[in-house]
Amino acid sequence: MSPATGNAPGDGEFRLPSLGADMDEGTLLSWLVAPGDPVHRGQVLAVVDTSKAAVEVECWQDGTVRELLVSPGSRVPVGTVLARLAPSGAAAGAGAPAAVSAAPSAQRVRMSPAARQRARELGLDPAGLVGHGPGGAVSLADVEAAGSAPRPLAPAREASPIAASPAPPTVSPTQVPPGSQGERQAAMRAAIAAAMSRSKREIPHYYLWESIPMAVALDWLRARNADRPPAERLLPAALLLRATTIALARVPELNGHWRDGAFTPATAVTLGVAISLRGGGLVAPALADAAQRPLAQLMAELSGLVRRARAGVLRSADLAEPSLTVTQLGDQGAEAVLGVIRPPQVALVGFGRIAERAWAQDGWLRPMPIVVASLAADHRVSDGHRGAMFLATLRDCLQQPAALDAPSMSATPNASSDLSPPAP
Amino acid sequence: MTQPDPDLERAVLAALRAIAPEVDPATLDPDRPLRDQAELDSMDWLHLLTDLHARTGADIGEAQADPRLSLRGLGALLAARGGAQPAGSRKG
Repeated sequence: MSPATGNAPGDGEFRLPSLGADMDEGTLLSWLVAPGDPVHRGQVLAVVDTSKAAVEVECWQDGTVRELLVSPGSRVPVGTVLARLAPSGAAAGAGAPAAVSAAPSAQRVRMSPAARQRARELGLDPAGLVGHGPGGAVSLADVEAAGSAPRPLAPAREASPIAASPAPPTVSPTQVPPGSQGERQAAMRAAIAAAMSRSKREIPHYYLWESIPMAVALDWLRARNADRPPAERLLPAALLLRATTIALARVPELNGHWRDGAFTPATAVTLGVAISLRGGGLVAPALADAAQRPLAQLMAELSGLVRRARAGVLRSADLAEPSLTVTQLGDQGAEAVLGVIRPPQVALVGFGRIAERAWAQDGWLRPMPIVVASLAADHRVSDGHRGAMFLATLRDCLQQPAALDAPSMSATPNASSDLSPPAP
Repeated sequence: MTQPDPDLERAVLAALRAIAPEVDPATLDPDRPLRDQAELDSMDWLHLLTDLHARTGADIGEAQADPRLSLRGLGALLAARGGAQPAGSRKG
């Protein structure tokens, strides 16, 4: 699975990525770069409007913007080349993340280092050069010839109609054109309708839930947060997500996709987080590699994700295809949720509002903060026994909050620890 | 109860605008719980405290950050915690 980024490493083409399984086109809102600008890997080059949000699209190579091919306001299909980049020589693609594996590795142009250097100086894309050297390699002479002759591709700072009038940044990343808010609302509803209808048509859901005592976890959080500034505090949501990734390691058949009539397990945990938007609607952007994140980092990433989602500006990396989605209703939500799986995922984990309930333990009733954790899972892939094991692991993890904070905690907590609800 | 602090209440409203831009400050009752009125969930609330810490320098401890705080109460608490509204950001 490849993260949604604007281009494959080194191919010199900045394309409109698919920002979710249900997206087949997008509207370019604004360019944040102009021809001739140097760009680096991870830099946001453009803002694209999807049905979900305005999304900042990053590029994944170092180089120079050669040409902008699509003007703001244009609606184009996924995969459209939005801009051409001149890769910065040998560096192009070398630093690209290993996760971008779906893209074929760049066709490296055979050329001498001197030729590559000169091509870079001239702002020429090596891929566009014709080589006359040994074995068709591009020589320095070929580069010089291309540099002086009519150029094979539009050079920087010339030519394309967009480049002639560099897109003024009238649309800042936090704004969208007037009127598009309502359209986006409608499009978002349509996207939710399509995905959820398909889910209920195709996926044989089963549902399980478990009341999980949270006294120990909340006490631990309070103590941990007590002397920390707000920016470093953790919310219960971070513990719930961390526990989810650990329980997933124990029951991996909940983490992956149903494609072409078969289950494909995911190799990493890409956690979709359902975030309700102010004013209605829902987005489920992704926390990549969530299983590898220590608790504090998971919290920081969740915090950033919620801010971006609610500001209406996600990054393309936020819209990677999740391998499992979590919906957490928060402290204003309902007591429990039995979710609808988002295809092609095969499970959805839900957490209700943490609320104090009467809890029976050792023959006594006492007040206890409880969260109802639920699992909606695809019966084609898993069954109730495994699903119950997932919830039991989740419950056990949440009785050991300090262990959730341990950076090296990878797989399961002590599986045999048949934890009774915590003592006060 | 400490004195109301209009400057810091304005800082709260400015921070709130970034988090909940659709909330019209004129509709807020300054003496009723702010969180309820602005429909802030726990993450919004934490973001509000984080932004207020950055804006005013006042760190409201988790134990003090009562979710039932009103706008007036929050302003007074910020003042009590040594918060100051930076001169450059004084606007409605």
